[in-house]
Amino acid sequence: MSTSAPARPATPIGRAASGADERLTIAGPLRRTLNKVFPDHWSFLLGEIALYTFVILLLTGTYLTFFFDASMEEVVYDGSYDPLRGVEMSKAYATSLDISFDVRGGLLMRQIHHWAALLFVAAIVVHLMRTFFTGAFRKPREANWMIGVALLVLGILEGVFGYSLPDDLLSGTGLRIINAIIMSIPVIGTWTAFAIFGGEFPGEVIIARFYILHVLLIPGILLALISAHLLLIVKNKHTQFPGPGRTEDNVVGKRFFPVFAVKSGGFFMVVFGLTAALGGLVQINPIWLYGPYNPGLVSAGSQPDWYVGFLDGSTRLFPPWDLYIFGYNIPPLFWPTIVMPGILFTLLALYPIIEAKLTKDTAHHNLLQRPRDVPVRTAIGAMALAFYTVLWISGGNDLIADKFNISLNAMTWVGRIGLIVLPPIAYWVAYRLCLGLQQHDRQVLEHGVETGIIRRLPHGEFIEVHQPLGPVDAHGHGSLQYGGAPVPKRMNHIGGLGRAVKGFFTPIEDAAPRHDPALDEERQVELTGSGRPKDTEA
Amino acid sequence: MSTPASEEFPAGDARSGAHPGEAQPGGAQPMAGSPPVAGPGPSHAELAAMSREELVTLGGEMDGVRVVYAEPPVPPGSRLEKRAVRQVAASFLGVTLSVVAFVVLFVAWPWQLDYSGQGEGFDYAALYTPLLGLTLGSALTFLGVGVVLWAKKLMTYEVVVQDRHEGASPQIERQTTAATMLSGLNDTGIGRHTLVRRTLLLASAALGLLAVVPLVGGLIKKPGDQLFRTPWEPGMRLLGLDGVPVRPLDMRPGSLQTVFPPVEAGNRSADAVTMLIRLLPDQAQRYRPREGQEGYRWNDFVAFSKICTHAGCPVSLYEQETGLILCPCHQSQFDVTDGAKSIFGPATRSLPQLPLDVDNDGYFVATSDFTEPIGPAFWERSS
Repeated sequence: MSTSAPARPATPIGRAASGADERLTIAGPLRRTLNKVFPDHWSFLLGEIALYTFVILLLTGTYLTFFFDASMEEVVYDGSYDPLRGVEMSKAYATSLDISFDVRGGLLMRQIHHWAALLFVAAIVVHLMRTFFTGAFRKPREANWMIGVALLVLGILEGVFGYSLPDDLLSGTGLRIINAIIMSIPVIGTWTAFAIFGGEFPGEVIIARFYILHVLLIPGILLALISAHLLLIVKNKHTQFPGPGRTEDNVVGKRFFPVFAVKSGGFFMVVFGLTAALGGLVQINPIWLYGPYNPGLVSAGSQPDWYVGFLDGSTRLFPPWDLYIFGYNIPPLFWPTIVMPGILFTLLALYPIIEAKLTKDTAHHNLLQRPRDVPVRTAIGAMALAFYTVLWISGGNDLIADKFNISLNAMTWVGRIGLIVLPPIAYWVAYRLCLGLQQHDRQVLEHGVETGIIRRLPHGEFIEVHQPLGPVDAHGHGSLQYGGAPVPKRMNHIGGLGRAVKGFFTPIEDAAPRHDPALDEERQVELTGSGRPKDTEA
Repeated sequence: MSTPASEEFPAGDARSGAHPGEAQPGGAQPMAGSPPVAGPGPSHAELAAMSREELVTLGGEMDGVRVVYAEPPVPPGSRLEKRAVRQVAASFLGVTLSVVAFVVLFVAWPWQLDYSGQGEGFDYAALYTPLLGLTLGSALTFLGVGVVLWAKKLMTYEVVVQDRHEGASPQIERQTTAATMLSGLNDTGIGRHTLVRRTLLLASAALGLLAVVPLVGGLIKKPGDQLFRTPWEPGMRLLGLDGVPVRPLDMRPGSLQTVFPPVEAGNRSADAVTMLIRLLPDQAQRYRPREGQEGYRWNDFVAFSKICTHAGCPVSLYEQETGLILCPCHQSQFDVTDGAKSIFGPATRSLPQLPLDVDNDGYFVATSDFTEPIGPAFWERSS
């Protein structure tokens, strides 16, 4: 081994880097990070959107805390929103109005915060669906799936606490229902509700308590869980879709630095920009129209944020069943708001374990599955989605009844029956669709791509010429095996049509030389209907 | 050029995590027992002689990373490249312009709503937030679009393959770790000293209590009979929203009025809020009180708790023709002419009725509190 010492770096940055490495021994880990390969697929962006909206929530939320006072003390409003001037309200509502009208840009921040919250939960849900339908939750990633479900539940709770804070008529109505839900828990419900609300509803402490949960406790847990989620992704590396060169033992994609990092930064800015535009251009939660909370008042068409809609729906659909046990009461509210979501989220969290148990699959999986290749799981997912959708739509059944002039009671019955009837139908339809798609893939692999060229045979029969995707056997049947990856179904997918030349007004590149099979000497064999070269000896 | 990866470890181990590229920070070799060695890598002199590309390849090999395809997305120096550069630069310029517009608007645009004109002319302050959102959104979106275009159109398009090293650790790691742990555990004697183990378990449970007791103890409030009573008391007058006591002649047939008890903050009370309804003559005719509550009405007038017996929303939507009350939260429906019985939706119980009378001065009074708990149900309520 040579003893010549490495030369001292010449540039200031080089010297700083060298100094940092002398102290932290970081060169190796840093290079491994820069070299880390990320697979590329649009659906991998969905989780990133959730992460980016969380950052937006932290930024805008911190801004809002500078102006918000989570106090239920009664004050007389004296801000610049004229219609409410002189009205008695809580400090929380008054400062929310101040943010909206008396802080420059405050309304923009409030609305960005609200939109980002809606997008945060939405991105989590779509990301969860992607993970579910592609089987990305399988070993070794079961724990990360469970962390994801925990993030979803906490994200919903965080949103509920958030929209309770302004103490307007709508959020107060939500608090009233939350109180009733807690009271409906058998044995401990009444005491729990009194402990949380500091007495009988509404009490004087609930806004302050929800505030500290909303700005400290839950965001802290979310942050910790998100870190764990990302660390596990780094540790296990990304999953990838099957494709050329992709195996269970490698990752095919782009290195973290520069392309992946730069692109991700760009996507973050796009997400932030669109959320900011939404926050400025599309009004959300106009609390000044609702007025301060008063337990005796409510407005028609009161709706929670979208992610609570399914619970609202289940509550509306649940039949009026009262249960009395030894002189004690279990109210009907308990089942659709505590028991049902409890079961749903538990099943969701445990799904990886349940599936592994039922399929006896203990293998390590890094390659994703196409939903069509796992019909039972896809059908279960479709069933769950149908169930959820019926609940969600029922959460707004009064608005639907009103807008479409349908009887409200009919809407409720449609929901009650649909909740039982539609999921099995969705299961069956999804299952058959998967099988059909599978068959079509194999049909194309065997017989080739439809070319759209119709040929008339000497005896008058019309056939369509098929383009085989690979070598064919004596009967014209393709020998390619299905590999879990998309099969080209149209001629364009296999280069049948050249790429369009770039340039808007004038072409700015030379058209690629087009390979014309008709001019190719070897291709001058006539094809049969299935794409088999015609037997030339015959 | 040799790499530590290929020389120090048999191929079979590569699958199971013994790759130096995946070793712990600090470069310690995962081979137990042997001291960490630098490995027979290139010497300082060899390293100094290597080009940047060679160093990148070497680093990639150490990390199990191979570039299998790399190509600039556009030919360098071509018109395509020039166009891409223009697009990226235009986006970045858009960022600056949008930010300038945002700052100018933020400072100069009228932002506080002006009520002095009372609807005369257009209030430009109404556009403040939309304009801010538009400029802020376009600044950030321009930045994002510019950066993505930059990465897509000007940075090398590459296909890189990295090996995974997952699954169980090599046997040598597993067995030595397990032995170390068990040996340490054995040293503590927790297995032998049953008394230590049991008392420790007991102490942990006690400490757990310590975490719960102060919080629960601080939060707990005795519900007492609070859920079973409201501020209504016998002889209390019924106040309207304006705080004025209500008389029978104040209300036309078919009308509904929200009333409160004359106590402090009564109009914000969550349990005393009551609906006073004057039935239409035909409704009064067929009115059927609940059993034992025959005397609660006063002529055509009935009063029911406004708090829904399902989830506690105020049931506000009264259809005077049918005498139905609809709760806007979960669409429970109550029939006023049938003692406010729940006839559809998730609510199970009738709205509690407030017994009514008229005092000597001609004002409505309650003859007692509600005779059952109002609002949403709970465990301790027995009927």
